Amino acid sequence: MTEPGATAPRNRLAVAGARATTVAMLRNQPRRDIVLNAVFAGMLLLAILIALAGLVALLAQAFVKGAPALSTDLFTNPPSTAFPEKAGFRPAIIGSLELIAGVILFVLPVGIGAAIYLEEYADKSKWWNRLIEVNIQNLAAVPSIIYGILGLAFIVRGPLDLGFILAAGSLTLALLVLPMVIIAAREAIRAVPDSIRQGSLALGATKWQTIRSQVLPASIPGIATGVILAVSRALGETAPLLLVGATVFVTFDPTPFGSDGYSAMPVQIFNYAVRPQEEFQTLAAAGIIVMLVVLLAMNSFAIWLRNRYEQRW
Amino acid sequence: MTQDESRTDTGRQAREAAAERAAIAVRPEFQRKANGSSKEKVFELKGVDVLYGGVAAVKGISMDIHRKDVTALIGPSGCGKSTLLRCLNRMNDLIPNAEVQGELLYHGEDLYGPRVDPIQVRKLIGMVFQKPNPFPKSIYDNVAFGPRVLGRKDDLDGTVEKALRSAALWDEVKDRLENNAFGLSGGQQQRLCIARCIAVEPDTILMDEPCSALDPISTGKIEDLMVELKEEFSIVIVTHNMQQAARVSDRTAFLMVELDADEDNRWGRLVEYEETEKIFTNPSDRRTEDYVSGKVG
Repeated sequence: MTEPGATAPRNRLAVAGARATTVAMLRNQPRRDIVLNAVFAGMLLLAILIALAGLVALLAQAFVKGAPALSTDLFTNPPSTAFPEKAGFRPAIIGSLELIAGVILFVLPVGIGAAIYLEEYADKSKWWNRLIEVNIQNLAAVPSIIYGILGLAFIVRGPLDLGFILAAGSLTLALLVLPMVIIAAREAIRAVPDSIRQGSLALGATKWQTIRSQVLPASIPGIATGVILAVSRALGETAPLLLVGATVFVTFDPTPFGSDGYSAMPVQIFNYAVRPQEEFQTLAAAGIIVMLVVLLAMNSFAIWLRNRYEQRW
Repeated sequence: MTQDESRTDTGRQAREAAAERAAIAVRPEFQRKANGSSKEKVFELKGVDVLYGGVAAVKGISMDIHRKDVTALIGPSGCGKSTLLRCLNRMNDLIPNAEVQGELLYHGEDLYGPRVDPIQVRKLIGMVFQKPNPFPKSIYDNVAFGPRVLGRKDDLDGTVEKALRSAALWDEVKDRLENNAFGLSGGQQQRLCIARCIAVEPDTILMDEPCSALDPISTGKIEDLMVELKEEFSIVIVTHNMQQAARVSDRTAFLMVELDADEDNRWGRLVEYEETEKIFTNPSDRRTEDYVSGKVG
């Protein structure tokens, strides 16, 4: 064994050598790689800029055009063909609120119920349960106009025969977003680990007690997020409403079961936008601002809710 | 309410709870043996096979598990000790295609009899799992969950405190009962799960490797706890840790994997079941000796 003093310089030399090699290797990245990396990153950035550009252009255009019409009159005054400077969205806003209230009332119990059945009760080895699953995925992708026709045939006319009332529109929109809610609720329920169910069952809780007191509370944030996103989709839908009686010009406050007709925000915006007068164009732009703000707020709230209450297992 | 009244109240509730338990126990399917000796049998297994989808996981298990004993199930991985444990409170019912054959008596009554409700079974036979699985709720609500679902809502505070004290957790959590249970350490979470189990006032507690996810200090606390708990409960514990079995159990069952001739199928078989001391010092089976001395497994 050599004495320590003699090994120290050699150690230093070895370390210096190793460091020099590492530095050389690190600096030795081929130029071609650097250029390719930059090009690739640039292309990806361009992709996201294109996506954002659409949104920014829409927002900018709506704000520039609609800003002059933004006032409380917009919320309190009914539409008017004679006095565009006084016209507003009041019946449409009330109609939209009533529509989504109905959607929530219908979609919460039915959507969560369907999700609980599929996740907790359905035997996945049975072909009919798998068929139901696949079909719910498909339903979420069905164009909304088809739901409009369904609503017209089965809710407005046909078996339910409700007539052209707001509740019929609400039910149609609810059917449209139901698959979204079921899928979101299923994911939330599936995220609850089995150890929680077993822990509960091992205490002598029944299956239903376990679902009600453990699984559902733990999945509420996920379900709420899904419901909010579904409602914001329902809020923006126009096509199915046109088929189930959202008549385009309503100057009174609509009621859920009144047969005098009803309107909704997107329908009213469309009605203003197609008029040739500049004032109505401005009104439409102001309506778009209101809708965008509401929709962005709802979606942001959904994201916040998910991040805030997401359970880490 | 004065102190005296509250004490009487607690006493009354305790009597009611006891009467309720007795009511369950005197139902014909849970008739207990009259003699109160400590060697009363809680479980009697006679040729029990457990099958998953027709394939045996354990075969031909025959053993008696005694009241207020700690009974340990040891053996190598895959020998079916957890499977066997989960039969004892019908947790295997939750696995589709699981099937129990043979005779499995609980206080003399067929646990798998046609009139026996698995929910009732699990009220009397609690379970603690390998990984602590507290509910995502407050500490208080975790313990109160069992009594609540069973409709025993009188003096819930008292029940919760008693259960937490029995699980040696009260002093650590009494000032933060409303905090989320996920904020506890792993060892505390596991003791919370034990408290949760005790709060239902079971007769037997099954523990499936309760310390395998814990550090040595937490493990020591839970082992001490088991020794205290056996004053009141019968305990069956599955463990990988032979020292643990030696430290805490009164009787030990050693299971082993058995293969068929062409080694296609494997199942667990009970090799030896004896007083723990005998298993670890003077086993009668060669395979037990090899296992406990660390030569195999």
